[in-house]
This record gives sequence, structure tokens and C-alpha cells, in this order.
Amino acid sequence: MSTDTQMNGGQTTASEVAVLELKGLCKSFGGLQATRDVTLRIMAGDRKAIIGPNGAGKTTLFNLITGIYPVTSGQVLLFGQDVTSWPSHRRTALGMARTFQVTSLFPRLTVLNNVLLAIKGLRPSKFVMWRFLSSYKEVYDKAHHLLEQVGFLDRKDTEVRNLSHGEQRQLEIVLGLASDPKILLLDEPAAGLSSGESTEMTEFLMKLDPKLAILLIEHDMDVVFDVADEISVLHFGEVLETGAPEAIKKSKRVQEIYLGTD
Amino acid sequence: MSARNLAIALAFLALVTLPFWMPGIYYINVGSQILFYAIFALGLNVLVGYAGLVSLGHAGLFGVAAYATGYMLQLGYGHTEAILVALVIGVASMALYAVLSLRSTGIGFIMITLALGEILWGLAYRWISLTGGDNGINVPTRPAPFGYSLTVPTTFYYVTLIIFVASVVLSAVFVNSPFGASLMGTRDQPRRMNALGYHVWMIRFYACLFSGLLTALSGILFVYYTQFISPQTLSLTSSAEVLLMVISGGPGTLLGPIVGAGLVVVVKNVVSGFIERWNFLLGAIFVAIVILMPEGLVPGTARLWRLAFRKRAKPVKTETPS
Repeated sequence: MSTDTQMNGGQTTASEVAVLELKGLCKSFGGLQATRDVTLRIMAGDRKAIIGPNGAGKTTLFNLITGIYPVTSGQVLLFGQDVTSWPSHRRTALGMARTFQVTSLFPRLTVLNNVLLAIKGLRPSKFVMWRFLSSYKEVYDKAHHLLEQVGFLDRKDTEVRNLSHGEQRQLEIVLGLASDPKILLLDEPAAGLSSGESTEMTEFLMKLDPKLAILLIEHDMDVVFDVADEISVLHFGEVLETGAPEAIKKSKRVQEIYLGTD
Repeated sequence: MSARNLAIALAFLALVTLPFWMPGIYYINVGSQILFYAIFALGLNVLVGYAGLVSLGHAGLFGVAAYATGYMLQLGYGHTEAILVALVIGVASMALYAVLSLRSTGIGFIMITLALGEILWGLAYRWISLTGGDNGINVPTRPAPFGYSLTVPTTFYYVTLIIFVASVVLSAVFVNSPFGASLMGTRDQPRRMNALGYHVWMIRFYACLFSGLLTALSGILFVYYTQFISPQTLSLTSSAEVLLMVISGGPGTLLGPIVGAGLVVVVKNVVSGFIERWNFLLGAIFVAIVILMPEGLVPGTARLWRLAFRKRAKPVKTETPS
């Protein structure tokens, strides 16, 4: 793996290698072009957001980046390495994590067990059939540490289905963090949250490790403008405009897309 | 909880002492049948209950292991070789099943396993040079490990009991292992498991192999019990029967399939002696289970028990503060 990184990262110096790079990414579902020539570079510590109206192709783009859908053309590079044809779980092993727009937790497990399962995902011992899950102290300690960091320790023995929706959305991100990702893809973390809860979510996101790169899809503009340094506007699968939050806020074209002209 | 453990301890005690209080050899044999069908149901439960994959072709695998044992013995090999080869062939058949059927989940998985089961049934019926066709294969002798001949029903019962207990322990460890947790994760949130770095297909494949091992074990016990194997064992009815054992007892629990196996075997063998239309009775019982305890007998009983217990506990609590 390390030799591959060196080979592909040959053009740039190691420190400049983008965590995630999309080159001319296209995806068609039959006649529908869901993603058109999307090019994007995300460096370590970047906070980028993708906004766009419903059906703009935001989630499709995420599914291409994470390898759920095969791309029609273009490339996905992770740490300079071409992962376009890799399955999802291998991309995760390289340091990519994602959350889901529809909460995808394990509702009947406790908070702690959700995190244990998430941490196990990248360890070879996940295939062990002859030992109890609870007997892995190091994994347990890590889960404990992670829950402490994000302030969930007091609720670790609560079954996830008994958490509030806002807490579940936060736990969704905690599970993403369990694999120690270098880049975290957040698919509408504030989906369905009340305004108070989405303020909490914003604070929660701001507290995350500054070295972690984050790519965010969001409808809640308050969250986007607070968290992101740079925003790309997606419309009919195409990146229409990229810029700082202030510039995007003032952009005529963006206002047109969201408010409509006629 | 303690009520559960007490019930398990009592049931275990009853199983160990069964030959002493059962009125006759016939009933000891019914006990053996319950035990090896329970192993079969435990094997299917790995897929139905823990992986969320419903198979309607497991009787085919059960039959393959049984036929392999019978055929090896017919070729003149000893019991040890026959059993080992049957285990390998059983698990290998399951691997083939898995490769073909794990391309899909849900209805797709059911239909592919159903088709594979029917293919095996067809082979057993038509590949006469190998299987003897309609006449099946006779297994004239039972093995005699350490000098204890399994021809004696009580000995056969105890050997089955030992294998049964080992299977239950194996299943319990399997379910509580990291792998068991990942398997249940792929059942509930395959997308999330994939994003967490789990190879969902591989986890399901390994689960299939474990299911195949238990199925093959029960198939071998079956063929030594009946000392005969015919295509009927591989029929869709048999697959449905073991699926009903799992579903009626409680899929995704360890005790459920065992209770379900007990229910089906008792109705089929014992009650059928008194009621001619026992199939009708079995159907009525299943309908009742689905209506009253849709989660299965074991979780359903546990739920009713908790309900009854809480009702009794509450008045006591309200009395203490006053």
C-alpha cells in the first residue's frame, strides 16, 4: 500500500497530496446524468460543504466517492491513490468514513456496543468466532475513550433506539469517527433536527479534530455557513460555483437556484 | 433471568435423564429425533435469525450429507471416513450454495436457495447410479465409538445429546463472538457495516459455512438414525418444515429453534398416533403462534413472563412508600 502511495503521489510532494481528489467524475443512470464532470480537491483539515436543491445529485456524489455505485467515467483518488474501482470496505481501511442521511445505527444495541462494532470494522479480529466480543480490552478502552471525547459516556449503556433523534444524529458521526478516518463524509448530519438541535450539531462538528478533513452535504444553511470554509453549489449534477461562505451567500446564481427565477 | 436459567437447567436435566423416565424405546427415539432436528434448526437459524437470510433449500444440504454418508458406506469405507467425507461434502455444498445465492438477499436469496434445493432433490431422484433413485440407500450398520454400539437406542440418544450440547455451545460462542456481532450488524444495517469497513459478503459467506457444518452434522445423525435415505428427505416440504421449526421457536435466539424442533417432532411423531389429521393440528399451532407470538415461542413466552411478573411486582412497589 505504501509503495502505491509513493508511486502515484510522485507529481506532488507528500505533504501536498490531497486527502480526497475527484477528477471529472460522471455518473449516468440510464438517460439521467446524475453527476457531471465533478472535480474537487480536499486537503487535510479542510472543511468543505456541498449544497444544492433536492435532486442535485449530492447523495449520488457521496455514493460514488464511497464506492456504493460504480462511476461512469472519471477518477476518485484517496491520498493520491486511484481507488475508483475499489469496494467500499477497502476505502474505509484507507481512512475514509461516512455517515448516512437516514440514520443507520444498530437500534437494539447499546451506545457502547454500536461503537465497539464500529471500531472492530477495521480489525482482523472481526472474523474471530471463538472468543467473546466483550473480551477485547483494547477495543473496549478505545470505545470508552471515544465516547468520553464526544460526551456520550453517561449514555453508553442506553439502547440506541431510546436516544433522541438529535443524539442519534450525533452518534451517527461518532460511528464514523471510530475507524480513525482522515476524511469524514457527512450526509446531511442535521437532517430532521430542530433549530436548537442543529445548533448543538454545529457545536459538535466544530469540536472535531481540526486535522480531520470534512466533506459535508447539508440543507441547513446555518450549519453549513458555520462549519464550512468553502462551499460548492451542485445543480443538476454539476458544480456551478465554489467559494467562501460569504461569497456563496451573495451569489446571484445560487439565489436563483434556490429561490427560482420564474 | 434467573427463571430463564432455571428453565434451561431443568430442561437439560430432563434431557440427560430422559432414557430413565421415558416409558419406552419409541419415545427415546423421538428424543433423539428432536435433538438432531434441533441441530439442523440451529444451523438454519444462523442464516434466518442472525444473518437475516431465509433459506428454503436447507433440506438439500441435509440430504447431501446423508447421501454422502450412505454412499461412502456402500462403497465399503468405514464409518469414520464416511462421516468425515460427509462433513466436507456438506460444507462444500453449502459454500457452492452461498456463492450462487449470496448475489442477492431477501426474496432473491429465498428463490435461489429454493431452486438449488429442488436441483439437489431432482439429482437424488434421477441420478440413479449414485443415489439409487426412488429406492434410496440403505445404511445397514451404525458406528460403535469406543465399543459402545449405537444400535442400542439409549446409546444413540446419548451420543446425539453430546453432539447436540456441543452444537449449542458452539452456537452460543459463535453468536457472542466479534464475528457474531458483525453478522447481526450486516443483518440490521448492511450499508453501515460496509461503510465501517466490513466485507459484508465475506461475513455472510462464513456464516453460511457455519450453518452448513451444523446442517451436515444433523444430516449424518439423521441417516444413522433412520438407516435409510431417500429423495423425500430433500424435498421442499422438509426445507419448509425446518424453517417452521426456526420461525415458530423464535429466530435469532439459541433456544427458539430447539423448542421449535421439539414441537414439530412431537406433533409429527407422537400426536399423529392419536390424531389422524396431525398436519391440520400443526398448521393450527403455527397459525396460533403467528397470531399470539409473532416473534416465536421462546421470545413470546419471555415477553408474557415479564408482563405477568411486572403486574405482580408493581402493587408491591406502591405499597412500600405508604
